[in-house]
Amino acid sequence: MLKQLEGSVAIAETVAYCRPEVVCAYPITPQTHIVEGVGALVKSGVLSNCEFINVESEFAALSVAIGASAAGARAYTATASQGLLFMAEAVYNAAGLGLPIVMTIGNRAIGAPINIWNDHSDSMALKDAGWIQLFAESNQEAVDLHIQAFRLAEELSCPVMVCVDGFILTHAYERIDVPTQEEVDAFLPPFEPVQVLDPTEPYSIGAMVGPEAFTEVRYLGHQKQLQALHLIPEIAKVFQDVFGRETGGLVHPYRTENAETMIVALGSINGTIKDVVDAMRESGTAIGSIGVCSFRPFPLEALAKALDGAKRVIVVEKSLAPGLGGMLTSDVRMSLLRQAIPVHTVIAGLGGRPVTGVSLTAAFELAVNDQLEDVHFLDLDHAAIEHEVERSRLTRKSGPTAENILRRLGSGV
Amino acid sequence: MTQLQKTSFKASDYRSDNTPIWCPGCGDFHVLLSITKALVELGTAPENVAVVSGIGCSSRIPAYTNCYGFHGVHGRSLPLGAGLKVARPDLTVMVMSGDGDGFSIGGNHFLHACRRNVDMTYVVMDNRVYGMTKGQPSPTTEPDWDSALSPGGTGLSPFHPLVIALASGANFVAREFSGDIKGTTRTLVEAVRHPGFSFVEILSPCVTFRPDERAWKTQIHAAPVEATDDPARAARRIMTDDGFNVGVLYRGNRKPYNTHVKDTAGDPAILEEEFEI
Repeated sequence: MLKQLEGSVAIAETVAYCRPEVVCAYPITPQTHIVEGVGALVKSGVLSNCEFINVESEFAALSVAIGASAAGARAYTATASQGLLFMAEAVYNAAGLGLPIVMTIGNRAIGAPINIWNDHSDSMALKDAGWIQLFAESNQEAVDLHIQAFRLAEELSCPVMVCVDGFILTHAYERIDVPTQEEVDAFLPPFEPVQVLDPTEPYSIGAMVGPEAFTEVRYLGHQKQLQALHLIPEIAKVFQDVFGRETGGLVHPYRTENAETMIVALGSINGTIKDVVDAMRESGTAIGSIGVCSFRPFPLEALAKALDGAKRVIVVEKSLAPGLGGMLTSDVRMSLLRQAIPVHTVIAGLGGRPVTGVSLTAAFELAVNDQLEDVHFLDLDHAAIEHEVERSRLTRKSGPTAENILRRLGSGV
Repeated sequence: MTQLQKTSFKASDYRSDNTPIWCPGCGDFHVLLSITKALVELGTAPENVAVVSGIGCSSRIPAYTNCYGFHGVHGRSLPLGAGLKVARPDLTVMVMSGDGDGFSIGGNHFLHACRRNVDMTYVVMDNRVYGMTKGQPSPTTEPDWDSALSPGGTGLSPFHPLVIALASGANFVAREFSGDIKGTTRTLVEAVRHPGFSFVEILSPCVTFRPDERAWKTQIHAAPVEATDDPARAARRIMTDDGFNVGVLYRGNRKPYNTHVKDTAGDPAILEEEFEI
């Protein structure tokens, strides 16, 4: 049903229709509205047969979900930023134990400096924990991916993170086609756990595994992700049959026909990128873009195929690997092992800095003219950087960087 | 040089130019005022005080003081403060927290900070709610307080910070009400002077998400008995009171954590030498 809703509220409603049996809730901006939304639906009775637990930390949130999932319940939680990092140990635990928990990430920067705004540093920090990571481009896709995530997680016995850009999506009001309970029930079968509490075959979960079998357990986790590369498009196809919408899948190519310049990105920034692609196409530039929906598993082949024939690739990233550049870029390069295509990184939108079409156009035009650096920082304030570098050169006791820069900005020097 | 030699201070000397962004009517304004007044009475120069916090409304306080401030991550203010104090035993360390920051994610650190008994003061502004994330239950929230995150109430027994502090080995335990600036100031002075880990819970109403807490000012009353040095007696009193007794409840005699770092970093002679032209 079409509704004008805040992204978080639409996600909450959809999660409720997925009939989670245990929901663990702890507040952290910008995710709080999601678990509050689920709580409201528990209270109103829309979501019945659900244990909604208000816990004392994110570490507890995921740990409670792990316990519930291990006991055979469909478990859900949501977090963001520092919360995800705080639960890091449990994130690995859930994946290692093969528990199909679904968790929403309201993507937000990581401190220090403290920052509540959007970028992808949080989920990137845990990209290799063994979870599937799906990135939503819009709130419609965020809603749809949650329904697919439960099915994917449970078919594979592998936890799934649905990454939703904080504020940009979580707090945006949009026209969203929210599914009905009947539609979700038709798509998502009841959870049949592979691990059950069976008195005829009692076992203890969480065994100590030494060098004799650790690699094999890890390899099987890897293989699960490779299986997901097939399952994700299949589930997206079934979803399309039931809901009539093309959503999810591995990658979203946009105007890639005969494109010499290709842009690759994760999440909501693809909206702006598509606008820029349209405008540049109109002025005669052969440019296209690819939104990566499934970041883990990483669609190496699908991407290599989609990028085939391009002269250059620009990866726009909302996270930074200091000392390297881009993390998505490294993966894109991996997909181009057999194709000699230069790949540039554009670091953009860190800590919520707006990514404008004007700035992106300028960077893409530089690339088209083969003038873009390998790693380019969009809208970087070079004067602020030089001032701070000079300051620390002049005195050993130069003080805290963030506070120095803020002071300078405040004084207008 | 004049700053280093200054020996008497006004409350405003401890305030920075930053305007607090707390809601109008928030109890934390009064806590900030009481802290500056307590520091005036203690006569400690702003540069000899470190104010450490975590995340939350109350944890914004370091930026509003003119002391050394450290705004850490959620729940971690106590270990930060302990690290600071053992590295610089000459500084007066005040760790500032709220009931969410201090008793949820910071709960485990609270137990062990009491045990470790490092000579510092832990102030928790307790409003029984997460204010910064806009109204979710904290560990001290009443079990029947209804919210989106606790449909129908949490049903959980509230955390009892004072009893836990006593049971874990805190050396000084007190409760105050933010609106009682005189009493809070007096207790904070005593808490800082008392050796070892001092814990002061300040009931500080959240008028936005807990408007019912406006009534606290009529419910507060002075503890009817003198402070004791017997933790069992203190615990019995606290567990049987109505939660609104204020004043110093316990003064212990435990020896504070012994720091071995040589105190040379804060020596004014060495500092002056460095800045000599």
